[in-house]
Amino acid sequence: MHPFLLSLLGGVLIGVSASLLLLFNGRIAGISGITGGLLTPASGDVGWRVAFIGGLVLGGALLMAFLPRAIGAPAVSSAGVVALAGLLVGFGSRLGSGCTSGHGVCGVARGGKRSIVATTVFVATGMGTVFVMRHLMGGA
Amino acid sequence: MKAMLLAGLAGLLFAVGLGIGGMTDPARVLGFLDVTGDWDPSLLFLMAGAVGTHAVLRRLIVHRPRPVFAPAFPNLSQTRVDRRLVGGAALFGIGWGLAGYCPGPALVSLAKGAPLLVLFVAAMLAGMALFRGWEAARTSMRRGTADGEQPTGGRPHAGTTP
Repeated sequence: MHPFLLSLLGGVLIGVSASLLLLFNGRIAGISGITGGLLTPASGDVGWRVAFIGGLVLGGALLMAFLPRAIGAPAVSSAGVVALAGLLVGFGSRLGSGCTSGHGVCGVARGGKRSIVATTVFVATGMGTVFVMRHLMGGA
Repeated sequence: MKAMLLAGLAGLLFAVGLGIGGMTDPARVLGFLDVTGDWDPSLLFLMAGAVGTHAVLRRLIVHRPRPVFAPAFPNLSQTRVDRRLVGGAALFGIGWGLAGYCPGPALVSLAKGAPLLVLFVAAMLAGMALFRGWEAARTSMRRGTADGEQPTGGRPHAGTTP
């Protein structure tokens, strides 16, 4: 299948998943929010978060078993850069109340102004970062 | 129990979507963000598929009086674009562009068992914990000033839990 079609199909599955979580659990499929909520566990609010993240990890194991090339190797080999990237992704997603899933998929699908702004900003700074790393510094 | 099963199923479906869509390959993600280089537009199709599908389905879903296993749909009335939103998104984008991972694909890729992915996820959780600490310290300082007392670090405050 053409990679564009595969990506479209992957997107449809993500859209269906976010819709199931909203329909049954009344929750937004924002992965940074779901994960962040586990750091300050509130009673009665832990099980579905663990189940969703467990599903994500199990899904990764299924992909490794049936479509291993879907899960690529890290593109960056420097542990320092990877750690900095993780810190920024974790801190930034909580400060900005969402990430690619919560803002980029669920929020944009709802037409939420905050999510449209956040998505525009993180795509732009992501593109700027890649530009600096690849074309100005010649690395990564 | 049913609610947990559904959440687990949603997570599984989300992971498979990310995987076949290309988000769990950081080379693809960085190729998508590399607009001035050898640009790979395929992830635009993933965005279009995800946003389009959810936009249509959620319109049908929110007509219901309430979710199947929950008392109410989430209240998303906040519309203010503030410095936190923009600053947080900017930091997030820089981290995303540095390594090519955002939270979902990083958690899905843990199954590969690469040490760098474990490091990324650990650093991401540390970043989230750092945010909680930073927010608690700010709230504590503001309250300390307002109440005319010394700021205390570990005191629990109302209104800081999302």
